[in-house]
Amino acid sequence: MPVAAPKKSSRRRAEPELIFGDLWEFDPAPESADPKLQDRYRPFIGGKFVAPKSGKYFASINPGTGKPLAEIALASPQDVDTAYAAASKAFPAWSKLPGAERGKYLYRLARILQDRAREFAVAETMDGGKPIKESRDFDVPMAAAHFFYHAGWADKLAYAFPGANPQPHGVVGQVIPWNFPLLMLAWKIAPALATGNTVVLKPAETTSITALKFAEVVQEAGLPPGVVNIVTGAGETGAAVVNHPKAAKVAFTGSTDVGKLIMRSTAGTGKKLTLELGGKAANIVFEDAPLDQAVEGIVNGIFFNQGHVCCAGSRLLVQESVADAVLKRLRNRVSVLRVGNPLDKNTDIGAINSKEQLDKISGLVKAGIAEGAEMFQPKCSLPRNGYYFRPTLFSGVEQSHRIAREEIFGPVLSILTFRTQSEAVEKANNTAYGLSAGVWTEKGSRILKMSTALKAGVVWANTYNKFDPTSPFGGYKESGFGREGGKQGLADYVKLT
Amino acid sequence: MCAASPVVFRRLMNEIGSVDAVGVEERAAKYGTRSIKTASKVAGLKLAASMVDLTTLEGKDTPGKVRALCVKAIRPHDDLDCPPTAAVCVYPAMVKHARAALGEKSPVNIASVATAFPSGQAPLRTRLAEVKTAVADGADEIDMVINRGAFLAGEYNRMQDEIAAVVEACGEATLKVILETSELETYDNIRAASFLAMRVIREGDFIKTSTGKTGANATLANNQVMLDAIRDHYLETGTAIAMKPAGGIKSAKQALHFLVAVKETLGDAWLTNRRYRFGASSLLNDLLRQLVKMETGVYQAPYTFSEAAGTY
Repeated sequence: MPVAAPKKSSRRRAEPELIFGDLWEFDPAPESADPKLQDRYRPFIGGKFVAPKSGKYFASINPGTGKPLAEIALASPQDVDTAYAAASKAFPAWSKLPGAERGKYLYRLARILQDRAREFAVAETMDGGKPIKESRDFDVPMAAAHFFYHAGWADKLAYAFPGANPQPHGVVGQVIPWNFPLLMLAWKIAPALATGNTVVLKPAETTSITALKFAEVVQEAGLPPGVVNIVTGAGETGAAVVNHPKAAKVAFTGSTDVGKLIMRSTAGTGKKLTLELGGKAANIVFEDAPLDQAVEGIVNGIFFNQGHVCCAGSRLLVQESVADAVLKRLRNRVSVLRVGNPLDKNTDIGAINSKEQLDKISGLVKAGIAEGAEMFQPKCSLPRNGYYFRPTLFSGVEQSHRIAREEIFGPVLSILTFRTQSEAVEKANNTAYGLSAGVWTEKGSRILKMSTALKAGVVWANTYNKFDPTSPFGGYKESGFGREGGKQGLADYVKLT
Repeated sequence: MCAASPVVFRRLMNEIGSVDAVGVEERAAKYGTRSIKTASKVAGLKLAASMVDLTTLEGKDTPGKVRALCVKAIRPHDDLDCPPTAAVCVYPAMVKHARAALGEKSPVNIASVATAFPSGQAPLRTRLAEVKTAVADGADEIDMVINRGAFLAGEYNRMQDEIAAVVEACGEATLKVILETSELETYDNIRAASFLAMRVIREGDFIKTSTGKTGANATLANNQVMLDAIRDHYLETGTAIAMKPAGGIKSAKQALHFLVAVKETLGDAWLTNRRYRFGASSLLNDLLRQLVKMETGVYQAPYTFSEAAGTY
């Protein structure tokens, strides 16, 4: 034996434990940049902010404090109609503009976003509740990166689709969710503009502010009026955007339920459709995986953006032989996550986006306990006001539990075990969704095998939640169809004749 | 001999698990985004100062230089309420001069590098004799180097036996085992060497990153690999091993990020100079400079701080 065995202590001692206490507590470190918010935001139509015909406004709540942040216009179907009229009017000139000229506008949007990055990051965090370090290091830079990337394609479309003649669809109706408000806007608007389409976009009702701040950027960049139109409101406004007869294409990111409604309502209309919907991704840890880094990936997979991520690794599948070791590490790791004020630079988990979402998460967690799964939450304190939820681990979860099947969209991880590779594949694919998956192993051949066996649009190997504008993103089954990013994403915004 | 290496290495890695380089560097980078402000910054700076092994390891060291180092270690600054450093770290020949300067009872320990530091390329009996002499001259702590040649050749028994022999030669003195991470190259090797060392040293002994004499020294990532190993060993055996990153930690900000790594990996029980040290010389004055800034709101010129550990 080359390795000396650990010395056995003769007297029995208590199970060794780590103490994650307050011996050296961090003081608040709030980001102080001015988000430059207005008291009241109006729809952006035809290059101008115009009063809504409904005359109605609703409050946008800061989920970090529970207090109102600004008033947002409730756009009526008439407002949506005006927006489509403006977009239709702008389409002929915009689509005929040489690609290089469209590219210049996109580069300008990207650069202005970079210039105003801190302001946008603070606004995004106040409006949506995500930690400032995420909006600062991920959302805003990645949004700018999407504009840069698609700016590059604008004058190279003929090379993107050799032998075909890529033509824009016309006016594109786009509806985006509240989890990555600015980034989802960038994913939608950048490829649409690069390919010569004009857009009518509706942000989620709880997170409209950065979309309307982006409208300011559109003005600053001098885009022709009507190329980008932004209408705000809830489901009714969204339905008007999707069902408008002038919409040549509809792009939606959000829940599977709404996706099904949209699919029904667009059926037979000839509208092109792409849907990016929910997920219940399996993050699969094999026994040969580097465990500490796998744990880091698990944490990043489920607690990134409070778990409000459609591709979140919400189902952890861990091989039985290392299940205890992984769970032990995971508990220690989760115990040092910092939950609290989203504007604090040290916050790891911010606020849940809305009261409604908090209730939904709490409900599913109660169901998990009732169904017999074992829950672990760290003892961290939560702010008194605002919407917060502790990072939550459920072990002993079975395939038939609700928390293993339904999308929770919160900081809640369901842990299941498996014995063999084929069992892992079987369990991972045993879901209505198919957006993403993760594989942790040192064996390269296993990664290749798993990537074809897993029915998921994205499979990450030995990492998780990695995004890049060049990489297509999208799902299988009830996670939707169509891709965003890369050449594949571009293809969804052109007619190939 | 060399042919055996992959086999024993694989066997060991199967037992202790491997490290993913991309993942560990990503984890380490997150510590750098922690923002330490106001009272927590002052507390962190003082804690870091109390963890410094104030070091001079030069061919040109003299009793005079060592005396200056000792005075600085006991009282780093005239006005600040700054604790003494944990230890001074010197060559064996300087131990008796350090003892003379510090006296018999001192809040500052004397650490001596030994075992043919930094290469370790001397016969074992010479290395052990060096350790014994340093202890006899008054060293409280011994910083040894592992036999990297033996490790890389897969001769783990030999590497561990030598460490065990040094443990015995130390007697009451605390032992710090330098892995010299830059010569081990991979994170897997660092993890493997950490375990091999931890299994033959005592509670309260240290594993240490580097000698400071090679190009690459302590980084947040190799510090993390060793902290993870210490945690695993502790949870498995109950034996708490201490940690000392050395070399390359020059700024207060860096030191605070290393402390964040300790706080978030091993927890409060390691936030003490009995379990965590910085092997450094220029770090101390930057800590003091930041402490003065926290008190007065202004940065002082570097020359206002007494220089006792530099390589001038």
